[in-house]
Amino acid sequence: MKRIYSVLVENRSGVLSKVAGLFARRSYNIDSLAVGETDDATVSCMTIVSSGDQRTLEQIEKQLNKKLDVIKVKTFEESASLSRELMLIKVKYNLGNRRELIDICQMMKAEIVDMSKSQMIIQLCDTPDRIQVLIAMLRTVSIVEVARTGTLALAKCVDAE
Amino acid sequence: MRGADAIVKCLEEEQVTTVFGYPGVAICPFYNSILKSDIQRVLIRTEQNAAHAASGMARITNRPGVCAVTSGPGATNVITGVATAHADSIPMIIITGQVNSELIGRDVFQEADITGAVESFVKYSYLVKNVEDIPRIFKEAFHIANTGRKGPVLIDVPIDVQNAEIKKFSYPKEVNLRTYKPTVKGNVPQIRRVAMALETSAKPIICAGGGVLTADAGKELREFAEKYNIPVVSTMMGISAMPTEHPLYFGMVGNNGKPYANKAMNESDVLLMIGARVADRAVSQPGLITQNKTLVHIDVDPAEIGKNAGASIPLVGDVKSILQDFMGMPFGGSHRRWLEQLSFYRKTMEPKRTPNPAYVDPAAFIGMLSEKMAEDAVYVADVGQNQIWSCTYHIVKKGRFMTTGGMGTMGYSIPAAIGAKLAAPDRQVIAVCGDGSFQMSMMELATMCQHHVPVKIIVLKNQVLGMVREYQHYTYSDNYSMIDLAGSPDLSKLSAAYDIPFLRLENMDGCEETLDRFLEKDESMILECLIDPMDLVVV
Repeated sequence: MKRIYSVLVENRSGVLSKVAGLFARRSYNIDSLAVGETDDATVSCMTIVSSGDQRTLEQIEKQLNKKLDVIKVKTFEESASLSRELMLIKVKYNLGNRRELIDICQMMKAEIVDMSKSQMIIQLCDTPDRIQVLIAMLRTVSIVEVARTGTLALAKCVDAE
Repeated sequence: MRGADAIVKCLEEEQVTTVFGYPGVAICPFYNSILKSDIQRVLIRTEQNAAHAASGMARITNRPGVCAVTSGPGATNVITGVATAHADSIPMIIITGQVNSELIGRDVFQEADITGAVESFVKYSYLVKNVEDIPRIFKEAFHIANTGRKGPVLIDVPIDVQNAEIKKFSYPKEVNLRTYKPTVKGNVPQIRRVAMALETSAKPIICAGGGVLTADAGKELREFAEKYNIPVVSTMMGISAMPTEHPLYFGMVGNNGKPYANKAMNESDVLLMIGARVADRAVSQPGLITQNKTLVHIDVDPAEIGKNAGASIPLVGDVKSILQDFMGMPFGGSHRRWLEQLSFYRKTMEPKRTPNPAYVDPAAFIGMLSEKMAEDAVYVADVGQNQIWSCTYHIVKKGRFMTTGGMGTMGYSIPAAIGAKLAAPDRQVIAVCGDGSFQMSMMELATMCQHHVPVKIIVLKNQVLGMVREYQHYTYSDNYSMIDLAGSPDLSKLSAAYDIPFLRLENMDGCEETLDRFLEKDESMILECLIDPMDLVVV
């Protein structure tokens, strides 16, 4: 089972290592981790995607809450949240497959953000699933390197009753 | 006023009476400032024992014990003691000196990343970067250490911060931490669910853990058990929450516990785990305590509930407060048949030992010691066979039993007894260790002499690492490895070297007179008891 944890933490040095250390020490998985400041400069938001059985996923939430630098932990199933990931992927191309690459980018709504005579960098901001799809499609050409941000997520919008 | 003076002032504000420690350059400003204070300084002989001594003091006073050591090796040496306090949930403040702020990260002499190193062994840690933060940090640290699930908090103070001038010292009255608000009061609907479960229960039982003692709730536990006629068993850390001979008390559970205590817990229909972690030594098969019964798990740490066993009724809060709330519940019942059944188990299931008459029988010896020692004495058991014998045969009256059941750190008893004796000078304090654990802390005999701490030490000497020998006996068919303690010192000569009176008991002849002499005066003494190397705790 996968779960997304949105963890608000004190924006101080050492906090990332404490949270990451907690996962390492208790052998919890980190599928992805993204960190950034929130609108409040004293607070950072860590979005952590983890997987495990029900009990492990519950323990992760409790152990995160126990950390003194953690302000709030929100967890959501993928269906109740909106998640995005940003990927930059550099590929080699030639005249023979250039058209095909442009077609793939169009179909996936990806953008070519840089290119030379033999390489291009494609950017995609989308759900983690669709990022995987693009990687699979581009495997047919030659991938040089990939950089991904890790998942960011927020609970879906609701109106107050 | 400098940073170091501010630290001393903070300790005074927190009514700290004693600091255990070991100096080095990086903590020298602090040890210079403390000269002007009434706070007692106890020079311990190795840093690990400074933490153990602070632990012993904390367990008697129910306030954080304090130790202060230097940077680098001083700080790394203290880690085992800190980890022990963490595993046993003992409140503690550890002050470590650190190299100059400007030099941090350059791997200079005696530099160690101590806040990084202890991360998984502390409740929280601070690296003080600005001298003006000292009052706030100390106020927070004492609050964090001694509330919620108690534990150690480490404060790392670079030498330049200790030497810096502080503009204005004002000790905060209150702590305001947005990330830390432990639950004290139990949730009322959950308490009602517990009441309903108990109302229909024919075979309820309480399993008391160390949390009952850290919450200072022994009295509340007894009153609750007595009012509703509920039998009590305990974990190792929960020993002395109930007097051993209380009619409702049925001993320690676990693989080294009383067979009838385990049977009682397994046969119950409602099990109240109070301040206990359901760890492997107490409950080897967590599945068993959730089968065919309602498990009520009461703990101040929500992460403990459901970690090892799924509770039917989780209840988060301070054990003392929850037990007080329980007293107002309407349920009743004498549970007469259940109690009769348990008393029958207690009578018939006590394992029979066949002691070797050529040696001291630890069971009979500890039983007699319990009868002769002061009613309110503090008994500190070390780790190993001696610990299990102590847990099994020591009879707690009004006193306190302490051991490290969580971490199981050998060498704990002597420094912890020093801390306990300094905290309670009027009480008898007895450390009981083996010849292995004694040699892990024997350097502290000097501390006892230097600071006139009249701790009594019993060494159960069997010339082997008994617990490991027993394990190798059962698991490796008597293929013994690394257990022979040949080369150990003659304790009579060692005692003479420290000018500590010494007694030896070779077998049970004269045990009574020896114990009388041992306990007669409030002075340090070492009593060596010769134990059969082949003796076992599991018979």
